[in-house]
Amino acid sequence: MSMATTHEIGVRESASRMDWTPYLAGAGIGVLSWIAFAIAKDPIGVTTAYGRLAGEVAIPLLGADTVANNTYWKQAPFALDYGVLFLVGIMLGAFISSIVSGTFKVELVPDVWRQELGGSVWKRFAYAFLGGAIIMYGARLAGGCTSGHGISGGLQLAVSSWLFLGVMFATGLVASAILFHAKKA
Amino acid sequence: MSNLFAPGSVLLALLIGAAFGFLLHRGRVTSCNVIENQFRLKDFTVLKVMLTAIIVGGVGVMMMADASIVKYAVKDANLLGVALGAALFGVGMVFYGYCPGTGLAAIATGSVHALVGALGMIAGGILFALSFDWVKANILTVGAYGKIRLPDITGVPAPVWFAGLAVLAVAFFIWTERRQTH
Repeated sequence: MSMATTHEIGVRESASRMDWTPYLAGAGIGVLSWIAFAIAKDPIGVTTAYGRLAGEVAIPLLGADTVANNTYWKQAPFALDYGVLFLVGIMLGAFISSIVSGTFKVELVPDVWRQELGGSVWKRFAYAFLGGAIIMYGARLAGGCTSGHGISGGLQLAVSSWLFLGVMFATGLVASAILFHAKKA
Repeated sequence: MSNLFAPGSVLLALLIGAAFGFLLHRGRVTSCNVIENQFRLKDFTVLKVMLTAIIVGGVGVMMMADASIVKYAVKDANLLGVALGAALFGVGMVFYGYCPGTGLAAIATGSVHALVGALGMIAGGILFALSFDWVKANILTVGAYGKIRLPDITGVPAPVWFAGLAVLAVAFFIWTERRQTH
C-alpha cells in the first residue's frame, strides 16, 4: 500500500468545476425532504437503519441468541426494508455523481489530514475507526445523526434536534481545536 | 424480506437515497477535507448546505403539515440523552472526518478511510445495543419531554421561526462569502 501512489491519484483536482454551490445542493436536499415526508412518509435519516444493520453483523460475533434476546435489536430488527435500502441508495447516488463528474478516486489519507497530522495510513485508519464507533454510539444515544436530527429534525423545529445541533457543533469545535493544535506542538 | 418486493417501497428508498447521496456529493460534504475544515472554521460549506436544507425543507414541510398532507415526525426530547449523544457525536465527527450519511456516500466515491470508519460505526452500534438496557433506564428517562417543537415551548409560531432563521442565515452567508473572496 504505497502512499506515493494514492497521492499521485489524489493530485488530480478536476473536482471543483463540477461542484454545485452549497446553496443549490442544500436547497435540493430541502426539496428532497418534502418528497421524503409526503410520499415516503419517512424523513431522511441514516443511523436508525445502521443500528439494525449492526445487529445483523453482530450475529456471527456474539451469537444469534444474544442478538435475538437483546432489547434494542428486538425493537429494531434487521430487514432489507426502506431504511436499509435508503443507505444503499446513498452509496449509489454518490457513486454515480463521482463517476459522472470524473472525481472518483481511491483515498487512504485525505489532504487536510496529510498536511496537518501526517501521512500515516494506519493512524488515519485508527482515528476513522474510533471516530466511527464514537459517532454511532452518540447518534443512537441522541436518537439521530446529522441527517435525522440535523436536517429532518431541524426543519421540523424539533427541540431535541436543535439541542443536538448546538451541542454537536460545540464539542466538534473543541475536539478539532485539540486534535489539529496538538500536531503543531 | 417480504417488503423488499412491495410495490414502490424498494424503488422509492433507492431513488430518494440516491438523490440524497448525489446531492451530498455535489455539495462537497462527502469530502473529509470540507468537514474537517468546517470544524476548523476555514470552510463553511457544511453549514451552508445544512441551513439551506433546513429552511427550504422546513417551509415546505410546514405548509404541507398545515394542509394536513404530511405529519410531523419529531424525535423525543430526552434532554440528557440527546446532549450526551450529541457531545460524543461532535468528537466522533472530527475523528472520523465524516458524519454517518456523508461517510457512506464517501465510500462510494473511493474513500477507504470512510469504509474503515463505517466498520467502526458497526462496532459503535453493537456497543450501544449491548448497553441499551442501562442507557434506557438511567439516561433516556432524564429530562424526557417527548416530541416537543420550538413553537410549542416558546409560543412563537413556526413561520416567525423560519423568517428569523432565514434572516440570520442570509446574513451569515453574506459574511462567509465576503470572507472567502479576499
